[in-house]
Amino acid sequence: MSTLPVLDPTKCDGCGLCVTVCRCGALVMTGATVTLVQVDDCGWCCDCELVCETGALQCPFEIITIED
Amino acid sequence: MSITIENISILGYFKGVGADRLSSLLPLFGQRSFSKGQTIISEGESEQSLYFVGAGVVKIFKTSAEGKEQIIKITRPGESFNDIAVFSNGPSPYSAQALGTTTVVYLIHKNDLMPFMEKDWKAAQNALHVLADQSRLLLNLIEDLSFKNVMARVAKILLENSLHGAEGFQKLTQYEMAAMAGTAREVVGRSLKSLEDTGAVRLERHQIVIVNKDLLNQLAGLN
Ligand code: SF4
Ligand code: SF4
Repeated sequence: MSTLPVLDPTKCDGCGLCVTVCRCGALVMTGATVTLVQVDDCGWCCDCELVCETGALQCPFEIITIED
Repeated sequence: MSITIENISILGYFKGVGADRLSSLLPLFGQRSFSKGQTIISEGESEQSLYFVGAGVVKIFKTSAEGKEQIIKITRPGESFNDIAVFSNGPSPYSAQALGTTTVVYLIHKNDLMPFMEKDWKAAQNALHVLADQSRLLLNLIEDLSFKNVMARVAKILLENSLHGAEGFQKLTQYEMAAMAGTAREVVGRSLKSLEDTGAVRLERHQIVIVNKDLLNQLAGLN
């Protein structure tokens, strides 16, 4: 199980662009919107977020410090 | 699937141009398909056709001598690219690469397009709008890249939003960082890579790990 981008289906207009850029298969068109399916190899390339014009997809980064 | 009148009537250049006029232009259009990652135009190439995205997404970018990439624009269906080369009689000032798995582009050679525009004021007017919009976008990008120290701002944002693992994680998307830094998403991606090159942070899948806080502070101009 790997972390996946965050989808807000209410913002998705079904343009399908994220599906065409994704290389891991986590994004699938289901009817008029996109849904996320669990995959192991989402590389967090953020291309789906980059091409989504409506802001329905987000690839948040955890910001952590490993120094004291 | 071949290109239809409906396909070209939605393009910025041809909005409001009569269907009878467009049908004379239709046979002059070509159509090509590209798979993900394929180069459509290389910077410096003498390519004299105007391109439109029919399906998928095309990334427009420039590459520095050191191999660093700066995205200029993400071009979506209905939008054009290579306009500058076509209207300036010069080489392509940027590269274009297919981002989508099946990216379809329509193209028309300038020698076919120009005679049409000479006779069609609406199309010529549309072209001015498209080029003016593109100029505005490029000016905004120049402002972001030259007048604002975006890397320092992104460094500051990372410092202000970082937590130690045990305290839970603060999460930010590149769009959120862009909004906080007052810049474009395209510029944030590059700044993060530059910060990683300095050794201050490490990008790890969905984490940005601050490995040298002193250095990051310096880069943020905080000490
Ligand atoms: S790019 Fe955005 S709006 Fe388009 S289908 Fe994907 S999530 Fe929906
Ligand atoms: S981050 Fe990349 S690999 Fe992961 S879902 Fe988005 S496009 Fe696909």
